[in-house]
Amino acid sequence: MQKAILLVSGISASNCTTMRSLTHLERLEAESIHIFREVVAEAENPVMLYSVGKDSSVMLHLARKAFYPAPPPFPMLHVASGWDFADLLAHRDRTVREYGLKLIIAQNEDAEAQGINPFDTGSALYSQAQLTDPLKRALTAHGFDAAFGGGRRDEEKARAKERIFSFRNASHRWDPKNQRPELWNLYNAKKAKGESIRVFPISNWTELDIWQYIALEKIDIVPLYFSKPRPTVERDGMLLVVDDERFRLEEGEEPITRSVRFRTLGCYPLTGATESDATEMNDIIQEMLLATGSERQGRAIDKGQSASMEDKKAEGYF
Amino acid sequence: MNDHSSFRTDALIAEDIEAYLEAHQNKSLLRFITCGSVDDGKSTLIGRLLYDSKMIFEDQLAALESDSIKHGTQGEEIDFALLVDGLAAEREQGITIDVAYRFFTTEKRKFIVADTPGHEQYTRNMVTGASTADLAVILIDARKGVLQQTRRHSYLVHLLGIRHVVLAVNKMDLVGYDQATFEHIVADYRSFASEIGIAQFTAIPISGFKGDNITTAPSANTPWYAGPALIEHLETVEVDAAAAQGQPFRMPVQWVNRPNLDFRGFAGQIASGTIRPGDAVRIVPSGKTSTVKTIATFDGDLDEAVAGQSVTLTLADEVDCSRGDLIAAAGDPPQASDQFCATFVWMDEEALKPGRGYWLKLGTQMVTATVQPPKYEIDVNSLEHLAAKTLGLNAIGVAEFATDRPIAFEPYSANRQLGGFILIDKFTNATVAAGMIEFNLRRADNVHWQPVAITRDDHAGMKNQKPRVLWFTGLSGSGKSTIANEVEKQLFVMNRHTFLLDGDNVRHGLNRDLGFTEADRIENIRRVGEVAKLMADAGLIVLTAFISPFRAERDMVRAMLPEGEFIEIFVDTPLEVAEARDVKGLYRKARSGQLKNFTGIDSPYEPPENPEIRVNTVDMTPEEAARYIIDRILPLK
Repeated sequence: MQKAILLVSGISASNCTTMRSLTHLERLEAESIHIFREVVAEAENPVMLYSVGKDSSVMLHLARKAFYPAPPPFPMLHVASGWDFADLLAHRDRTVREYGLKLIIAQNEDAEAQGINPFDTGSALYSQAQLTDPLKRALTAHGFDAAFGGGRRDEEKARAKERIFSFRNASHRWDPKNQRPELWNLYNAKKAKGESIRVFPISNWTELDIWQYIALEKIDIVPLYFSKPRPTVERDGMLLVVDDERFRLEEGEEPITRSVRFRTLGCYPLTGATESDATEMNDIIQEMLLATGSERQGRAIDKGQSASMEDKKAEGYF
Repeated sequence: MNDHSSFRTDALIAEDIEAYLEAHQNKSLLRFITCGSVDDGKSTLIGRLLYDSKMIFEDQLAALESDSIKHGTQGEEIDFALLVDGLAAEREQGITIDVAYRFFTTEKRKFIVADTPGHEQYTRNMVTGASTADLAVILIDARKGVLQQTRRHSYLVHLLGIRHVVLAVNKMDLVGYDQATFEHIVADYRSFASEIGIAQFTAIPISGFKGDNITTAPSANTPWYAGPALIEHLETVEVDAAAAQGQPFRMPVQWVNRPNLDFRGFAGQIASGTIRPGDAVRIVPSGKTSTVKTIATFDGDLDEAVAGQSVTLTLADEVDCSRGDLIAAAGDPPQASDQFCATFVWMDEEALKPGRGYWLKLGTQMVTATVQPPKYEIDVNSLEHLAAKTLGLNAIGVAEFATDRPIAFEPYSANRQLGGFILIDKFTNATVAAGMIEFNLRRADNVHWQPVAITRDDHAGMKNQKPRVLWFTGLSGSGKSTIANEVEKQLFVMNRHTFLLDGDNVRHGLNRDLGFTEADRIENIRRVGEVAKLMADAGLIVLTAFISPFRAERDMVRAMLPEGEFIEIFVDTPLEVAEARDVKGLYRKARSGQLKNFTGIDSPYEPPENPEIRVNTVDMTPEEAARYIIDRILPLK
């Protein structure tokens, strides 16, 4: 980390025997880099799931650090639902171009023919058809044996027990009873043909760590995290942004311009925005620290029973 | 939210976010584990810590309130335990059955809590959680005092090298906050702790449910208590990572970074010590030396890097160095050896098989290791040493380990990263054990290999051939010995120096003490493998004809030999054909039950997955099969 390193240089120049404790962000960074390198050293064909959100942006930054001066030695896989925010896709394409990354886009091309859309389709079927299935198909088609994901243990109760290396059988299912113990910093990446590993390098980061790191490292993130006037409608207690002309307005609904931003990004017709004046990084962190709702609150997909994430995970959702 | 006990200053966040962030980005990190049984209030304590640090949001709180009514055990009150009991099935049972990691932060520190279960059968999970912890909170129910499981947890905490122990005497509200009760428990614990080697601990009377002595001390209910509150103590205890900086430099090489011809960097996480450009380093185990040219990072070259950091080093010289090697301070390298003694915890349903080859991962080194029968097993409750032939799930024991090549390590007591290892089953790929190296069994350091005057290349060169081990495997009666004999005859004619090791003959001499149990079969193959290796070192082409039914043992022998010298030949005769031949009448005896553990009948045969050579004895005569094999191993120089 730039800031801390400058600090150390200053200390070591004047007093070579000074000891120092790494800060919590330095320790998290070192751990994540270690994990990235272990996977690249031991897996045959790794890929990084790149959702373009803040966690993915941090992961990409860590991956670039882990392999510097080489570029990350694996492609990025974006599961696009077809209902992604336009700003998000633009940010994705710009990032890929700027860092010279290889991008693979997984998408359910038949959604329209199957009549699947976020307005009429139930959330379970929608996420299965638009996210889980295209992801599984892409992993199988490219023969990826390890996939980096941005899951964090602080996100949800079922994730708190997730390993950093999570084993999936040939049909990408997760078996909570059959996971390997992880001791010290030793990860067992051995697997049989057809099996794969989901690896979560930022397991031990919290939402606050992510934001602090983004601020400290000046990581470029999707502008949707910052507040600005956007056309919105209020529906089922959520503020939805009318991101393009496909948004189906119900009778009597009229888009109203509000200053809003997002804490988490999903399909735009399913992701709730929050009214906010936070236009800068520090404002965002301030809001997050004083917030009274968790980040997943804005996601229609996670609602329902509290164990629902776990069921989705068993099916292959990240 | 009850603001009086919360340890976060919302005022500062609201008024001066920059000052808050400035203070918070330089916080340190403490990892700790909580140990206690289901009823000690462990989950409640963790839920309380999360709640007080405002890690619980309103939507989670709403879910908690509805869950408390559905599953709770605290009547009308909020059941904090439900915040941390994760998986649905576990929640139904009302117990925590795995390791879960929780996060909270205070003004001074960020914390990662490993929540580990107290159930008897889950030693495995506690050991896992303890392996990354700097501190352990051992919970005791004030009504019950020091129990057998308290002893077990304390022993495991000590075994895993945790230096900071907190004795949290919980549920003080249920004993009327009685000072005498607290002191009695502390005295009890002290005598036991010193017995197992825990010299120091901090005892705190708390109530996780009511919140006493969690964030501030003394609580109004314990005016007699003069020590710190739990959080205060956790915020000030020294973190281990800083201590590792004072030790000699060591970095396991994870990955060689070679983006172009001008850059060759060795990437790794520093396990101990400090490094600067210009420092002399030694590659272990090869013993080659060089100096550090740069410490290359994304943020520019560094003047110095310390234990805990992930960096990339470039060296001044072109030395051989790859994943699994260790870069160490040139003047003070670690030990390297292929034999050591370790304490280990068995974590798999299938018990240890002494003599079988397992993968051993230590740092970034992955080697094949065999375990001797344990010297003893440790009863975690009484700490007695028990005689043991093997170790089952959750058992702890001490044994000698041998690896197929020397590895670099430190005793676990000196360095957790370089003394801790895992064992991996070669078939199921499961992590089956965690070990902690006690000491090296070789007297002299093997960092500098004493070269033998006449090398194996010299031996082979004199015979004008390249050594090989032609390993014939297949069912009894498949034709292994017949074909191996034929191959040797043809090689002899070609002026090759050969030797045939045959199953029946070896069992009459070298291995006459072995029977046909699974353990004996493993040992039989291990010995034959060692003999074959010695003969190959002497330059011979060795032929072996053994059923060798298990893949693990064949792979173990393969790993003993240089790449390309082990040729696995699968004599692929179907069971019906071999049984129909029944040259020695053994199948008949096995079918009638006179012969036990007969391969193919009541003992398994694991066919090779990728043998170098496969011969079909149904379509080929022994002479044709021999010719076919020789064609595939040529040239022999």
